[in-house]
Amino acid sequence: MSDPVLTVDDLHVEFRTEDGVVKAVDGVSYELGKGEILAVLGESGSGKTVHARAVLRILDMPPAYITGGRAMLGDVNLFDLDEADMREVRGARIAMLFQDPHTALDPVYTVGDQIIELLRLRRGISTREARAQALELLQWVGIPSPEGRLKAYPHQLSGGIAQRVMVAMAIALDPDVLLADEPTSSLDVTVQAQVLELLGSIVKRTEMSMVLITHNLAVAVGLADRIAVMYAGQLVELGPAKAVYGDPKHPYSAALLRSIPDIQRRDERLPAITGSPPNLLNAPDGCPFNPRCPYATDVCLTAMPPLEQVADDHLSACYHWDEVER
Amino acid sequence: MSDDLMPPPESEVKPQSVIEAIALPTGGKQLTLWGDVWRKLKRDKRFYVAAFLIIIFVLMAVAPFLFLVKDPSVCPITDSALPMSKAHWFGTDILGCDYYTRVIYGARTSLEVGLIVSSLSIVIALTFGASAGYFGGWVDTVISRWADIWFSIPTILGALLVLTLFNGGGPVLVSLVIVMFAWPDMTRLVRSTVISGKSRGYVRAARTMGSRGRRILRRHVLPNGIAPVLVFAAYVVGSSVGAEAGLTFLGVGLRLPTISWGLQLAVADTRFPEDAYLMFWPSLFLCLLIGAFILLGESLRDAMDPKLFGGDV
Amino acid sequence: MSKRYLIRRLLLVVPVLLGTILIVFALVFLTPGDPVARLAGNKPLAPSTYNEIRAQYHLDQPFVEQYLYYLDGLIHGDLGATFTGRDVSSIIRERFPVTLKLTLGAFAIEVVLGLILAVVAAVKRRTLLDSAILVFTLFMITVPVIVLGFVLQYVFGVKLHWLPVAGIQDGAASYILPSLTLGLGLAASLGRLARSNVLDNMQGEHIRAAIARGLPRRRVVGRHVLKNSLVPIVTILGLDFAYLMGGAVITETIFNLPGLGFSLIQGIKTQNGPMVVGLVTLSAIIFVFTNLFVDLLCARIDPRISYE
Repeated sequence: MSDPVLTVDDLHVEFRTEDGVVKAVDGVSYELGKGEILAVLGESGSGKTVHARAVLRILDMPPAYITGGRAMLGDVNLFDLDEADMREVRGARIAMLFQDPHTALDPVYTVGDQIIELLRLRRGISTREARAQALELLQWVGIPSPEGRLKAYPHQLSGGIAQRVMVAMAIALDPDVLLADEPTSSLDVTVQAQVLELLGSIVKRTEMSMVLITHNLAVAVGLADRIAVMYAGQLVELGPAKAVYGDPKHPYSAALLRSIPDIQRRDERLPAITGSPPNLLNAPDGCPFNPRCPYATDVCLTAMPPLEQVADDHLSACYHWDEVER
Repeated sequence: MSDDLMPPPESEVKPQSVIEAIALPTGGKQLTLWGDVWRKLKRDKRFYVAAFLIIIFVLMAVAPFLFLVKDPSVCPITDSALPMSKAHWFGTDILGCDYYTRVIYGARTSLEVGLIVSSLSIVIALTFGASAGYFGGWVDTVISRWADIWFSIPTILGALLVLTLFNGGGPVLVSLVIVMFAWPDMTRLVRSTVISGKSRGYVRAARTMGSRGRRILRRHVLPNGIAPVLVFAAYVVGSSVGAEAGLTFLGVGLRLPTISWGLQLAVADTRFPEDAYLMFWPSLFLCLLIGAFILLGESLRDAMDPKLFGGDV
Repeated sequence: MSKRYLIRRLLLVVPVLLGTILIVFALVFLTPGDPVARLAGNKPLAPSTYNEIRAQYHLDQPFVEQYLYYLDGLIHGDLGATFTGRDVSSIIRERFPVTLKLTLGAFAIEVVLGLILAVVAAVKRRTLLDSAILVFTLFMITVPVIVLGFVLQYVFGVKLHWLPVAGIQDGAASYILPSLTLGLGLAASLGRLARSNVLDNMQGEHIRAAIARGLPRRRVVGRHVLKNSLVPIVTILGLDFAYLMGGAVITETIFNLPGLGFSLIQGIKTQNGPMVVGLVTLSAIIFVFTNLFVDLLCARIDPRISYE
């Protein structure tokens, strides 16, 4: 990719606890282009949230430790910056959208207070100007009667509106990259679609790049240009959305696809992936998916398969990628 | 394959996130949450200190002879207020009794009070607090207003009032009187725990499977709500021991021939500061007993950290 | 805060207040036995005094009317009269300033010391300072007021002669040791509570979100963490204040301060029932109103509270 906006290069994040060390992110690399939407798909514990928080450096360290890799914003390694410079980056160059707007907003201040605070502090403008800009922002993200909303407290807003407020705050400083961490997971289904549409339109209008973290394949496919699949802290498949969806090259991706309920299908039972996610405290050797993988052979037990190109722009970390059927 | 469709049995908690993967024990062994609490407790130094002290005090209460005491009722008045010596390790009190013996025997009374107050408080709190929190509506209103009323009378003052009017009493009466004014605290705690537990995922799950009110209360909400209650109960033991000592010191609590540290302090006050040792020993034991239970409460609280109970389903 | 909440909360005061006073009254007058004898302890009374007391409390009337007369008296500031004929309320007025000064002293120590301890410990978490503060506060909440009072009295009064041992004749200095006796324990428990509260709030998702927006950490903590931590702190401060105003019985006894608590004990020792009843009633009333104030304040701080 020429001139990626964000490059994550061999990122390693560990959690050190009394019970042992957990490799939450174990060598994740990808590039994000301008105006591109990359979906990072995985279940709980896959490391998808941790990697994003590592990039923005908002993990609690300790117990987390960034033990390797770089996060390049243009040609600056974010991990080399001191806290003051990093603060400048947050919000203005890279912003984050959180999952639950009711916990991500301060419950004891009005929504208006919080937006105005952001604009005043980061843009150095007066309260009155900030208020005017806040109103504009709320309108921009499609919130009707914004004046009233400014005076509302977070718990008085519905999930959808509250999340739109969070979107407004995320894009307020015009960032280059938005890390959206499960932005619709805590919303009602009907509202989910609206928020996703909003995000999509923002990307189109401003050419902002977005990393869309989700566990929901349908969400990923609907919006993303490319999909990265994560499992047990590792990137196991990366490719164009249509390719990963239409012709997955990793057993885990294929299993995810198969487990989406299909009204047309006449199965009696919902197919689920057997077994459970690995205990990261005692990670097995070899491919982390091998206990649950229908294609696993001896080689899968001994060494982690490398992430290799298997088709145009399409990578997979599996020894048996060519056997994988949808 | 069909196993994946059944909700996991309660003892098999699979890690739902990296953080829980960390919190659960190593090697894929699935322990219950209480097992986790015990493991954490075993790693806490304070727990050992507290347990050690408590065991010693319990021994003092049930088997004082283990501590080489003399007969507590042998009090030759000629031996009044002797200083510490090999014959009398803590000296003698103003009646001539061996002070060491009397102080050791005081442990029984204090533990009795602490035990009665805390267990009665727990029973009341679990009954009324859980009902108020779970059933809500007018049940909650009635119970909460009743609690508010009793809560408005400060415990020490209320106890003073009642005990004055009834001319003091034994450990059981004093305990009951303390509970009379102190019960709203723990009850409110249970109530709010139950209220926040009601909306948790596992309760909703149980409901969808058809469990009804009381059953949910008993099998799901209460076991999870009990953690803060146990912690608070430890503090209650400490504070009720202190309250009894205070009330007795002020003259309304226990009377002779009951042996109580509060009584010893009251007497010591009359000979203060010349015979300061009279003040010292009961004070020390009082602090150690209270301290032991507070430490227990602290280590219990840290061991039952909410992180262990995971987030919502 | 919504008007509904305000009105509901104000209305709530009435039944709780009436109920509390009723309880105190009932404990004295409704329990089996002769209330007059109980009020007088075991002292024999002259028949004229006996009848006076009966008349004063309207004991020949049905209980409900007794209670109403009592309430009526309260509203007019009449808390009854002691056996020696003095007005309980005038005694209270005399002794009140002492308790007030002690309350203010102890409260000041609680607030200042408690919050300093909490903030330092939270900010310097996991350092030696934090551990030291934790140990110190643990010690302070363990030691009961009796013991602490005597220890301070002995060390600073008797042995070192730095501060007066008892009484109020030394002006402001008389209140130092008593205030410390009460204030240190209260500061310790407030400090621990505030510390853990602040630490919990610092883990909140909205704090992480604020940092993710590039807000400076100091501001985030100062503005967002603080306000979120305030409710339990304000609640505890209110409860402690009300408790102090009721008269710190033990402390006033140890240091011979003629305040409300001291009067209460005197009343008990001289078996002066009306005095005891009057003081406990007063204390309960103060409690109810302090609670009201605290609840309203908390509703202003945290908008979720009044949102029902």
